[in-house]
Amino acid sequence: MLTGHRTWIFENNPVIISTGTVGGPFEANGNIPHAFNILHDDMWLEQASFEKAQQMMMEEACQYALKNSSIQKEQVSFFISGDLINQITPTSFAAKTIGSPYFGLFSACATSMESLALAAFMINANGADYILSGTSSHNAAAEKQFRYPTEYGGQKPPTAQWTVTGAGCALVAKTGQGPRITSATIGKIVDMGMTDPFNMGGAMAPAAVDTIMTHLKERKVDISYYDLIITGDLAHIGREVALDLLHKNDINIPEEKFVDCGLTVYREDQPVLAGGSGPACSAVVTYGHFLDLMKKGKLEKILVVATGALHSPLSVNQKDPIPCIAHAVSIEAGSDVT
Amino acid sequence: MADKKKKNLPPNAQAYQDFQDKREVKRPILKNCIKAFLVGGFICFIGQLISTFYIYYFDFTEQTAGNPTTATLIFITMLLTGFGVYDRIGQFAGAGSAVPVTGFGNAVISAAIEHRTEGFVLGVGGNMFKLAGSVILFGVFSAFVVALIKTIILTWGGL
Repeated sequence: MLTGHRTWIFENNPVIISTGTVGGPFEANGNIPHAFNILHDDMWLEQASFEKAQQMMMEEACQYALKNSSIQKEQVSFFISGDLINQITPTSFAAKTIGSPYFGLFSACATSMESLALAAFMINANGADYILSGTSSHNAAAEKQFRYPTEYGGQKPPTAQWTVTGAGCALVAKTGQGPRITSATIGKIVDMGMTDPFNMGGAMAPAAVDTIMTHLKERKVDISYYDLIITGDLAHIGREVALDLLHKNDINIPEEKFVDCGLTVYREDQPVLAGGSGPACSAVVTYGHFLDLMKKGKLEKILVVATGALHSPLSVNQKDPIPCIAHAVSIEAGSDVT
Repeated sequence: MADKKKKNLPPNAQAYQDFQDKREVKRPILKNCIKAFLVGGFICFIGQLISTFYIYYFDFTEQTAGNPTTATLIFITMLLTGFGVYDRIGQFAGAGSAVPVTGFGNAVISAAIEHRTEGFVLGVGGNMFKLAGSVILFGVFSAFVVALIKTIILTWGGL
Protein backbone atom coordinates (compact mmCIF):
# COMPACT_ATOMS: atom_id res chain seq x y z
CA MET A 1 0.00 0.00 0.00
CA LEU A 2 1.34 3.37 -0.96
CA THR A 3 1.45 5.88 1.81
CA GLY A 4 2.61 9.40 1.18
CA HIS A 5 4.50 9.98 -2.02
CA ARG A 6 7.01 7.15 -2.15
CA THR A 7 6.64 4.81 0.80
CA TRP A 8 5.17 1.33 0.65
CA ILE A 9 3.65 -0.31 3.72
CA PHE A 10 3.60 -4.09 3.41
CA GLU A 11 0.50 -5.11 5.31
CA ASN A 12 0.90 -8.81 4.36
CA ASN A 13 4.32 -8.93 6.02
CA PRO A 14 6.66 -10.58 3.51
CA VAL A 15 9.21 -12.69 5.34
CA ILE A 16 12.93 -13.19 4.77
CA ILE A 17 12.93 -16.94 5.29
CA SER A 18 16.55 -17.50 4.45
CA THR A 19 19.73 -15.65 3.52
CA GLY A 20 23.07 -16.45 1.96
CA THR A 21 26.29 -14.46 2.18
CA VAL A 22 29.64 -15.02 0.51
CA GLY A 23 32.89 -13.16 1.11
CA GLY A 24 36.47 -12.99 -0.09
CA PRO A 25 39.78 -13.24 1.77
CA PHE A 26 39.87 -9.60 2.81
CA GLU A 27 36.41 -9.89 4.33
CA ALA A 28 37.35 -13.13 6.11
CA ASN A 29 40.07 -11.12 7.77
CA GLY A 30 37.65 -8.32 8.62
CA ASN A 31 35.48 -7.30 11.52
CA ILE A 32 32.57 -9.72 11.05
CA PRO A 33 33.80 -13.02 9.53
CA HIS A 34 30.90 -14.79 11.28
CA ALA A 35 28.47 -12.91 9.02
CA PHE A 36 29.55 -14.93 5.99
CA ASN A 37 28.10 -18.34 5.22
CA ILE A 38 30.85 -19.06 2.70
CA LEU A 39 34.31 -17.50 2.76
CA HIS A 40 36.89 -17.81 0.01
CA ASP A 41 40.61 -17.52 0.50
CA ASP A 42 41.26 -16.70 -3.15
CA MET A 43 40.15 -13.54 -4.98
CA TRP A 44 39.79 -15.52 -8.21
CA LEU A 45 37.68 -18.38 -6.81
CA GLU A 46 39.68 -20.48 -9.30
CA GLN A 47 37.93 -18.70 -12.16
CA ALA A 48 39.46 -17.20 -15.29
CA SER A 49 38.47 -13.62 -14.45
CA PHE A 50 37.35 -11.47 -11.53
CA GLU A 51 33.97 -11.01 -13.21
CA LYS A 52 33.46 -14.78 -13.30
CA ALA A 53 34.49 -14.97 -9.66
CA GLN A 54 31.79 -12.41 -8.86
CA GLN A 55 29.24 -14.44 -10.78
CA MET A 56 30.27 -17.52 -8.78
CA MET A 57 29.76 -15.71 -5.49
CA MET A 58 26.28 -14.57 -6.52
CA GLU A 59 25.37 -18.13 -7.46
CA GLU A 60 26.76 -19.52 -4.23
CA ALA A 61 24.84 -16.99 -2.13
CA CYS A 62 21.57 -17.92 -3.85
CA GLN A 63 22.26 -21.62 -3.62
CA TYR A 64 23.07 -21.30 0.06
CA ALA A 65 19.86 -19.37 0.75
CA LEU A 66 17.85 -22.03 -1.09
CA LYS A 67 19.64 -24.92 0.59
CA ASN A 68 18.92 -23.39 3.98
CA SER A 69 15.19 -23.32 3.29
CA SER A 70 12.85 -26.04 2.13
CA ILE A 71 12.35 -24.27 -1.19
CA GLN A 72 13.42 -25.82 -4.46
CA LYS A 73 15.03 -23.80 -7.22
CA GLU A 74 11.98 -24.35 -9.45
CA GLN A 75 9.66 -22.74 -6.89
CA VAL A 76 11.44 -19.39 -7.08
CA SER A 77 9.22 -16.94 -8.95
CA PHE A 78 11.79 -14.24 -9.59
CA PHE A 79 15.43 -13.45 -9.16
CA ILE A 80 15.95 -9.71 -8.66
CA SER A 81 19.52 -8.55 -8.59
CA GLY A 82 22.20 -6.31 -10.03
CA ASP A 83 25.83 -5.31 -9.72
CA LEU A 84 28.40 -2.72 -10.79
CA ILE A 85 30.06 -4.28 -13.81
CA ASN A 86 29.35 -3.24 -17.43
CA GLN A 87 25.75 -4.07 -18.29
CA ILE A 88 25.51 -6.17 -15.08
CA THR A 89 26.78 -9.30 -16.84
CA PRO A 90 27.96 -11.19 -13.70
CA THR A 91 24.38 -11.02 -12.39
CA SER A 92 22.86 -12.03 -15.71
CA PHE A 93 25.15 -15.07 -15.98
CA ALA A 94 24.28 -15.99 -12.40
CA ALA A 95 20.60 -15.65 -13.36
CA LYS A 96 21.22 -18.13 -16.16
CA THR A 97 22.53 -20.65 -13.63
CA ILE A 98 19.70 -20.02 -11.19
CA GLY A 99 17.21 -20.35 -14.02
CA SER A 100 14.38 -18.26 -12.52
CA PRO A 101 12.64 -15.37 -14.29
CA TYR A 102 14.94 -12.46 -13.75
CA PHE A 103 14.84 -8.70 -13.15
CA GLY A 104 18.21 -7.03 -13.61
CA LEU A 105 18.74 -3.80 -11.69
CA PHE A 106 21.35 -1.13 -11.67
CA SER A 107 21.39 1.07 -8.65
CA ALA A 108 25.08 0.72 -7.75
CA CYS A 109 25.49 0.20 -4.01
CA ALA A 110 21.76 0.81 -3.39
CA THR A 111 20.85 -2.30 -5.42
CA SER A 112 20.57 -4.47 -2.30
CA MET A 113 17.66 -2.56 -0.83
CA GLU A 114 16.12 -1.68 -4.19
CA SER A 115 15.83 -5.39 -4.97
CA LEU A 116 14.55 -6.20 -1.47
CA ALA A 117 11.92 -3.45 -1.69
CA LEU A 118 10.73 -4.69 -5.09
CA ALA A 119 10.71 -8.30 -3.89
CA ALA A 120 8.65 -7.36 -0.83
CA PHE A 121 6.25 -5.36 -2.98
CA MET A 122 5.66 -8.24 -5.38
CA ILE A 123 5.22 -10.78 -2.61
CA ASN A 124 2.94 -8.42 -0.71
CA ALA A 125 0.77 -7.90 -3.79
CA ASN A 126 0.56 -11.66 -4.43
CA GLY A 127 2.67 -11.27 -7.54
CA ALA A 128 5.08 -13.99 -6.54
CA ASP A 129 5.55 -16.88 -4.11
CA TYR A 130 9.27 -16.82 -3.53
CA ILE A 131 11.79 -14.24 -4.65
CA LEU A 132 15.56 -14.32 -4.51
CA SER A 133 16.78 -10.80 -4.01
CA GLY A 134 20.46 -10.10 -3.86
CA THR A 135 23.51 -8.36 -5.18
CA SER A 136 27.23 -8.89 -5.54
CA SER A 137 30.46 -6.97 -6.03
CA HIS A 138 34.12 -7.80 -6.43
CA ASN A 139 36.85 -5.45 -5.34
CA ALA A 140 39.21 -6.05 -8.28
CA ALA A 141 36.42 -6.07 -10.87
CA ALA A 142 35.04 -2.78 -9.52
CA GLU A 143 38.49 -1.20 -9.42
CA LYS A 144 38.96 -2.16 -13.05
CA GLN A 145 35.52 -0.82 -13.96
CA PHE A 146 35.64 2.48 -12.12
CA ARG A 147 39.23 3.31 -11.25
CA TYR A 148 42.68 2.14 -12.28
CA PRO A 149 44.13 -1.33 -12.86
CA THR A 150 44.34 -3.17 -9.54
CA GLU A 151 48.13 -3.22 -9.50
CA TYR A 152 48.50 0.44 -10.49
CA GLY A 153 50.37 2.38 -7.81
CA GLY A 154 48.17 5.46 -7.60
CA GLN A 155 47.74 7.09 -4.22
CA LYS A 156 44.14 7.25 -3.03
CA PRO A 157 42.95 10.07 -0.80
CA PRO A 158 41.70 9.37 2.75
CA THR A 159 38.10 9.77 1.48
CA ALA A 160 38.36 6.76 -0.88
CA GLN A 161 36.53 3.55 -0.05
CA TRP A 162 37.19 -0.16 -0.49
CA THR A 163 34.71 -2.23 -2.54
CA VAL A 164 33.59 -5.35 -0.72
CA THR A 165 34.23 -8.68 -2.42
CA GLY A 166 31.16 -10.74 -1.80
CA ALA A 167 27.54 -11.47 -2.48
CA GLY A 168 24.45 -11.36 -0.33
CA CYS A 169 21.06 -12.83 -1.04
CA ALA A 170 17.71 -12.96 0.75
CA LEU A 171 14.91 -15.39 0.00
CA VAL A 172 11.61 -13.55 0.46
CA ALA A 173 8.36 -15.45 0.97
CA LYS A 174 4.69 -14.81 1.87
CA THR A 175 4.82 -16.75 5.11
CA GLY A 176 7.41 -18.48 7.20
CA GLN A 177 9.83 -18.01 10.03
CA GLY A 178 12.10 -15.03 9.94
CA PRO A 179 12.33 -11.25 9.94
CA ARG A 180 9.45 -9.42 8.28
CA ILE A 181 9.75 -6.64 5.76
CA THR A 182 7.32 -3.98 6.90
CA SER A 183 7.86 -0.95 4.68
CA ALA A 184 10.09 0.60 2.08
CA THR A 185 10.82 4.10 0.88
CA ILE A 186 12.13 4.54 -2.63
CA GLY A 187 14.77 7.18 -3.02
CA LYS A 188 15.04 9.91 -5.59
CA ILE A 189 18.16 11.24 -7.17
CA VAL A 190 19.92 13.80 -5.03
CA ASP A 191 22.64 15.75 -6.79
CA MET A 192 24.59 18.26 -4.77
CA GLY A 193 27.10 18.87 -7.53
CA MET A 194 29.76 16.68 -5.94
CA THR A 195 32.20 15.51 -8.61
CA ASP A 196 34.92 13.61 -6.75
CA PRO A 197 34.51 9.85 -7.35
CA PHE A 198 37.00 9.28 -4.52
CA ASN A 199 34.60 10.80 -2.02
CA MET A 200 31.38 8.89 -2.55
CA GLY A 201 30.40 8.98 1.12
CA GLY A 202 30.32 12.76 1.05
CA ALA A 203 28.31 12.71 -2.18
CA MET A 204 25.76 10.12 -0.99
CA ALA A 205 25.10 11.49 2.51
CA PRO A 206 22.35 13.96 1.45
CA ALA A 207 20.54 11.18 -0.45
CA ALA A 208 20.53 9.02 2.69
CA VAL A 209 19.26 11.90 4.80
CA ASP A 210 16.54 12.72 2.27
CA THR A 211 15.28 9.13 2.23
CA ILE A 212 15.41 8.74 6.02
CA MET A 213 13.49 11.97 6.59
CA THR A 214 10.90 11.10 3.94
CA HIS A 215 10.49 7.62 5.39
CA LEU A 216 9.88 8.88 8.91
CA LYS A 217 7.43 11.51 7.69
CA GLU A 218 5.48 9.23 5.37
CA ARG A 219 5.40 6.23 7.69
CA LYS A 220 4.48 8.63 10.48
CA VAL A 221 6.97 7.23 12.97
CA ASP A 222 9.57 8.86 15.14
CA ILE A 223 13.27 8.06 14.82
CA SER A 224 13.07 6.28 18.20
CA TYR A 225 10.77 3.68 16.58
CA TYR A 226 13.86 1.97 15.16
CA ASP A 227 16.55 0.27 17.17
CA LEU A 228 19.06 1.00 14.48
CA ILE A 229 19.27 3.07 11.33
CA ILE A 230 21.74 1.24 9.10
CA THR A 231 23.25 3.05 6.13
CA GLY A 232 24.83 1.15 3.26
CA ASP A 233 28.27 2.52 2.59
CA LEU A 234 28.62 6.10 3.74
CA ALA A 235 31.89 5.30 5.57
CA HIS A 236 33.62 7.75 7.89
CA ILE A 237 33.07 11.01 6.06
CA GLY A 238 29.58 10.29 4.77
CA ARG A 239 28.33 8.99 8.10
CA GLU A 240 29.55 12.04 9.96
CA VAL A 241 28.04 14.38 7.36
CA ALA A 242 24.72 12.49 7.37
CA LEU A 243 24.56 12.47 11.16
CA ASP A 244 25.19 16.21 11.32
CA LEU A 245 22.63 16.82 8.57
CA LEU A 246 20.01 14.81 10.47
CA HIS A 247 20.73 16.73 13.65
CA LYS A 248 20.53 19.98 11.72
CA ASN A 249 17.07 18.92 10.51
CA ASP A 250 15.92 18.25 14.09
CA ILE A 251 16.10 14.48 13.84
CA ASN A 252 17.85 13.73 17.07
CA ILE A 253 19.25 10.31 16.54
CA PRO A 254 21.84 9.14 19.09
CA GLU A 255 25.19 8.46 17.47
CA GLU A 256 25.29 4.81 18.51
CA LYS A 257 21.96 4.12 16.78
CA PHE A 258 23.24 5.34 13.43
CA VAL A 259 25.51 2.62 12.07
CA ASP A 260 27.06 2.08 8.67
CA CYS A 261 27.70 -1.23 6.90
CA GLY A 262 30.88 0.18 5.35
CA LEU A 263 32.27 0.78 8.83
CA THR A 264 31.02 -2.55 10.22
CA VAL A 265 32.47 -4.92 7.65
CA TYR A 266 36.18 -4.18 8.13
CA ARG A 267 38.45 -3.72 11.09
CA GLU A 268 39.70 -0.19 11.70
CA ASP A 269 43.29 -1.25 11.09
CA GLN A 270 42.61 -2.69 7.65
CA PRO A 271 43.85 -0.41 4.84
CA VAL A 272 40.40 0.57 3.57
CA LEU A 273 40.81 4.36 4.04
CA ALA A 274 37.31 5.78 4.73
CA GLY A 275 35.61 2.36 4.89
CA GLY A 276 33.90 -0.31 2.82
CA SER A 277 31.57 0.18 -0.13
CA GLY A 278 29.97 -1.70 -3.00
CA PRO A 279 26.59 -3.36 -3.50
CA ALA A 280 27.69 -6.41 -1.53
CA CYS A 281 28.62 -4.23 1.45
CA SER A 282 25.07 -3.45 2.59
CA ALA A 283 23.83 -6.88 1.46
CA VAL A 284 26.29 -9.04 3.40
CA VAL A 285 26.32 -6.88 6.51
CA THR A 286 22.52 -6.64 6.66
CA TYR A 287 21.76 -10.25 5.79
CA GLY A 288 24.73 -11.81 7.54
CA HIS A 289 25.23 -9.62 10.58
CA PHE A 290 22.19 -7.49 11.49
CA LEU A 291 19.52 -10.10 10.65
CA ASP A 292 21.54 -12.54 12.73
CA LEU A 293 21.41 -10.13 15.67
CA MET A 294 17.67 -9.82 15.07
CA LYS A 295 17.21 -13.58 15.14
CA LYS A 296 19.13 -13.67 18.41
CA GLY A 297 16.67 -11.15 19.83
CA LYS A 298 19.16 -8.31 20.15
CA LEU A 299 17.39 -6.14 17.58
CA GLU A 300 13.70 -5.56 17.02
CA LYS A 301 13.30 -2.99 14.29
CA ILE A 302 15.86 -1.77 11.82
CA LEU A 303 15.78 0.59 8.89
CA VAL A 304 18.34 -0.26 6.24
CA VAL A 305 19.20 2.65 3.97
CA ALA A 306 21.37 1.47 1.08
CA THR A 307 23.13 4.36 -0.62
CA GLY A 308 24.27 4.39 -4.22
CA ALA A 309 26.48 6.68 -6.29
CA LEU A 310 25.14 6.32 -9.82
CA HIS A 311 28.03 7.75 -11.78
CA SER A 312 29.98 6.00 -14.50
CA PRO A 313 33.64 6.44 -15.47
CA LEU A 314 32.36 8.21 -18.59
CA SER A 315 30.21 10.71 -16.69
CA VAL A 316 33.10 11.43 -14.30
CA ASN A 317 35.49 12.09 -17.20
CA GLN A 318 32.90 14.36 -18.78
CA LYS A 319 32.90 16.35 -15.52
CA ASP A 320 29.32 15.53 -14.63
CA PRO A 321 28.32 15.51 -10.96
CA ILE A 322 27.62 12.24 -9.12
CA PRO A 323 23.89 11.45 -8.99
CA CYS A 324 23.13 9.73 -5.70
CA ILE A 325 20.25 7.66 -4.43
CA ALA A 326 19.22 5.88 -1.25
CA HIS A 327 16.53 3.24 -0.80
CA ALA A 328 15.23 2.37 2.66
CA VAL A 329 13.65 -0.89 3.78
CA SER A 330 12.42 -1.51 7.30
CA ILE A 331 12.86 -5.00 8.69
CA GLU A 332 11.28 -6.09 11.96
CA ALA A 333 11.65 -9.20 14.07
CA GLY A 334 9.00 -11.74 13.16
CA SER A 335 8.32 -13.70 16.34
CA ASP A 336 4.55 -13.15 16.13
CA VAL A 337 4.23 -14.55 12.62
CA THR A 338 4.36 -18.26 11.93
CA MET B 1 38.09 26.67 -11.71
CA ALA B 2 36.44 24.71 -8.93
CA ASP B 3 35.08 27.92 -7.47
CA LYS B 4 33.75 29.07 -10.81
CA LYS B 5 31.93 25.78 -11.25
CA LYS B 6 30.55 26.02 -7.76
CA LYS B 7 28.98 29.41 -8.53
CA ASN B 8 26.74 27.80 -11.15
CA LEU B 9 25.26 25.41 -8.62
CA PRO B 10 21.96 26.03 -6.85
CA PRO B 11 22.39 27.63 -3.40
CA ASN B 12 21.45 24.49 -1.47
CA ALA B 13 24.17 22.51 -3.27
CA GLN B 14 26.71 25.26 -2.56
CA ALA B 15 25.72 25.28 1.09
CA TYR B 16 25.97 21.50 1.25
CA GLN B 17 29.40 21.47 -0.35
CA ASP B 18 30.66 23.92 2.24
CA PHE B 19 29.03 21.82 4.95
CA GLN B 20 30.62 18.65 3.56
CA ASP B 21 33.97 20.31 3.04
CA LYS B 22 34.35 20.97 6.76
CA ARG B 23 33.94 17.26 7.50
CA GLU B 24 35.99 15.87 4.66
CA VAL B 25 39.36 14.41 5.60
CA LYS B 26 41.92 16.16 3.44
CA ARG B 27 45.01 14.62 1.93
CA PRO B 28 47.92 15.20 4.34
CA ILE B 29 49.88 17.20 1.76
CA LEU B 30 53.01 17.96 3.79
CA LYS B 31 53.30 14.38 5.02
CA ASN B 32 52.72 13.10 1.49
CA CYS B 33 55.39 15.45 0.13
CA ILE B 34 57.95 14.23 2.66
CA LYS B 35 57.13 10.58 1.96
CA ALA B 36 57.26 11.22 -1.81
CA PHE B 37 60.62 12.99 -1.42
CA LEU B 38 62.13 10.13 0.58
CA VAL B 39 60.80 7.25 -1.53
CA GLY B 40 61.39 9.07 -4.82
CA GLY B 41 64.90 9.89 -3.67
CA PHE B 42 65.49 6.29 -2.66
CA ILE B 43 64.40 5.03 -6.10
CA CYS B 44 66.80 7.51 -7.72
CA PHE B 45 69.53 6.34 -5.35
CA ILE B 46 69.01 2.76 -6.53
CA GLY B 47 69.05 4.03 -10.11
CA GLN B 48 72.35 5.73 -9.42
CA LEU B 49 73.79 2.53 -7.96
CA ILE B 50 72.73 0.57 -11.03
CA SER B 51 74.12 3.24 -13.32
CA THR B 52 77.46 3.24 -11.48
CA PHE B 53 77.48 -0.56 -11.64
CA TYR B 54 77.09 -0.48 -15.42
CA ILE B 55 79.81 2.14 -15.82
CA TYR B 56 82.22 0.37 -13.49
CA TYR B 57 81.78 -3.24 -14.60
CA PHE B 58 80.67 -2.85 -18.21
CA ASP B 59 81.74 -0.75 -21.12
CA PHE B 60 79.30 2.12 -20.55
CA THR B 61 79.97 5.80 -20.15
CA GLU B 62 77.99 8.27 -18.07
CA GLN B 63 76.04 9.21 -21.24
CA THR B 64 75.26 5.66 -22.40
CA ALA B 65 74.52 4.05 -19.00
CA GLY B 66 71.08 5.70 -18.89
CA ASN B 67 69.33 3.21 -21.16
CA PRO B 68 70.34 -0.04 -19.43
CA THR B 69 69.66 1.62 -16.06
CA THR B 70 66.12 2.54 -17.11
CA ALA B 71 65.55 -0.95 -18.47
CA THR B 72 66.75 -2.52 -15.23
CA LEU B 73 64.51 -0.26 -13.11
CA ILE B 74 61.50 -1.10 -15.28
CA PHE B 75 62.33 -4.79 -15.00
CA ILE B 76 62.38 -4.54 -11.20
CA THR B 77 59.09 -2.60 -11.36
CA MET B 78 57.58 -5.36 -13.48
CA LEU B 79 58.41 -7.93 -10.82
CA LEU B 80 57.10 -5.71 -8.00
CA THR B 81 53.89 -4.97 -9.93
CA GLY B 82 53.35 -8.61 -10.81
CA PHE B 83 53.81 -9.70 -7.20
CA GLY B 84 51.33 -7.04 -6.06
CA VAL B 85 53.81 -4.92 -4.10
CA TYR B 86 54.05 -1.78 -6.21
CA ASP B 87 50.48 -0.58 -5.59
CA ARG B 88 51.18 -0.72 -1.85
CA ILE B 89 54.37 1.29 -2.30
CA GLY B 90 52.30 3.70 -4.41
CA GLN B 91 49.67 4.19 -1.72
CA PHE B 92 52.44 5.04 0.74
CA ALA B 93 54.72 7.08 -1.49
CA GLY B 94 52.31 8.81 -3.92
CA ALA B 95 54.26 10.94 -6.35
CA GLY B 96 57.49 9.43 -5.01
CA SER B 97 56.85 6.18 -6.81
CA ALA B 98 54.76 7.64 -9.65
CA VAL B 99 57.15 10.25 -11.05
CA PRO B 100 60.33 8.17 -11.59
CA VAL B 101 60.45 5.86 -14.60
CA THR B 102 59.27 3.04 -12.35
CA GLY B 103 55.86 4.77 -12.13
CA PHE B 104 55.62 4.79 -15.89
CA GLY B 105 56.57 1.12 -16.01
CA ASN B 106 53.97 0.32 -13.36
CA ALA B 107 51.24 2.13 -15.31
CA VAL B 108 51.99 0.07 -18.43
CA ILE B 109 52.50 -3.27 -16.71
CA SER B 110 49.50 -3.04 -14.39
CA ALA B 111 47.21 -2.26 -17.34
CA ALA B 112 48.69 -5.19 -19.29
CA ILE B 113 48.05 -7.58 -16.39
CA GLU B 114 44.57 -6.17 -15.80
CA HIS B 115 43.33 -6.70 -19.34
CA ARG B 116 44.95 -10.09 -19.89
CA THR B 117 41.54 -11.76 -19.46
CA GLU B 118 40.31 -9.91 -22.57
CA GLY B 119 42.91 -11.52 -24.83
CA PHE B 120 46.32 -10.48 -26.16
CA VAL B 121 45.35 -8.21 -29.04
CA LEU B 122 42.29 -6.28 -27.88
CA GLY B 123 42.96 -6.82 -24.18
CA VAL B 124 46.68 -6.43 -23.49
CA GLY B 125 47.57 -4.69 -26.74
CA GLY B 126 44.65 -2.32 -26.78
CA ASN B 127 44.75 -1.32 -23.12
CA MET B 128 48.41 -1.46 -22.17
CA PHE B 129 48.95 2.25 -22.77
CA LYS B 130 45.60 3.50 -21.57
CA LEU B 131 47.26 5.22 -18.60
CA ALA B 132 50.74 5.72 -20.00
CA GLY B 133 49.56 6.77 -23.46
CA SER B 134 48.96 10.35 -22.41
CA VAL B 135 52.45 10.46 -20.86
CA ILE B 136 53.93 9.46 -24.21
CA LEU B 137 51.74 11.86 -26.19
CA PHE B 138 52.31 14.94 -24.06
CA GLY B 139 55.92 13.97 -23.38
CA VAL B 140 56.73 13.86 -27.09
CA PHE B 141 54.68 16.97 -27.81
CA SER B 142 56.31 19.05 -25.09
CA ALA B 143 59.74 17.85 -26.25
CA PHE B 144 58.81 19.06 -29.72
CA VAL B 145 57.74 22.47 -28.41
CA VAL B 146 60.89 22.86 -26.33
CA ALA B 147 63.05 21.84 -29.30
CA LEU B 148 61.22 24.37 -31.46
CA ILE B 149 61.81 27.16 -28.94
CA LYS B 150 65.47 26.19 -28.65
CA THR B 151 65.88 26.21 -32.43
CA ILE B 152 64.23 29.62 -32.73
CA ILE B 153 66.40 31.11 -29.99
CA LEU B 154 69.59 29.61 -31.42
CA THR B 155 68.78 30.73 -34.93
CA TRP B 156 67.61 34.28 -34.21
CA GLY B 157 68.83 34.81 -30.69
CA GLY B 158 72.49 34.62 -31.65
CA LEU B 159 72.23 37.67 -33.88
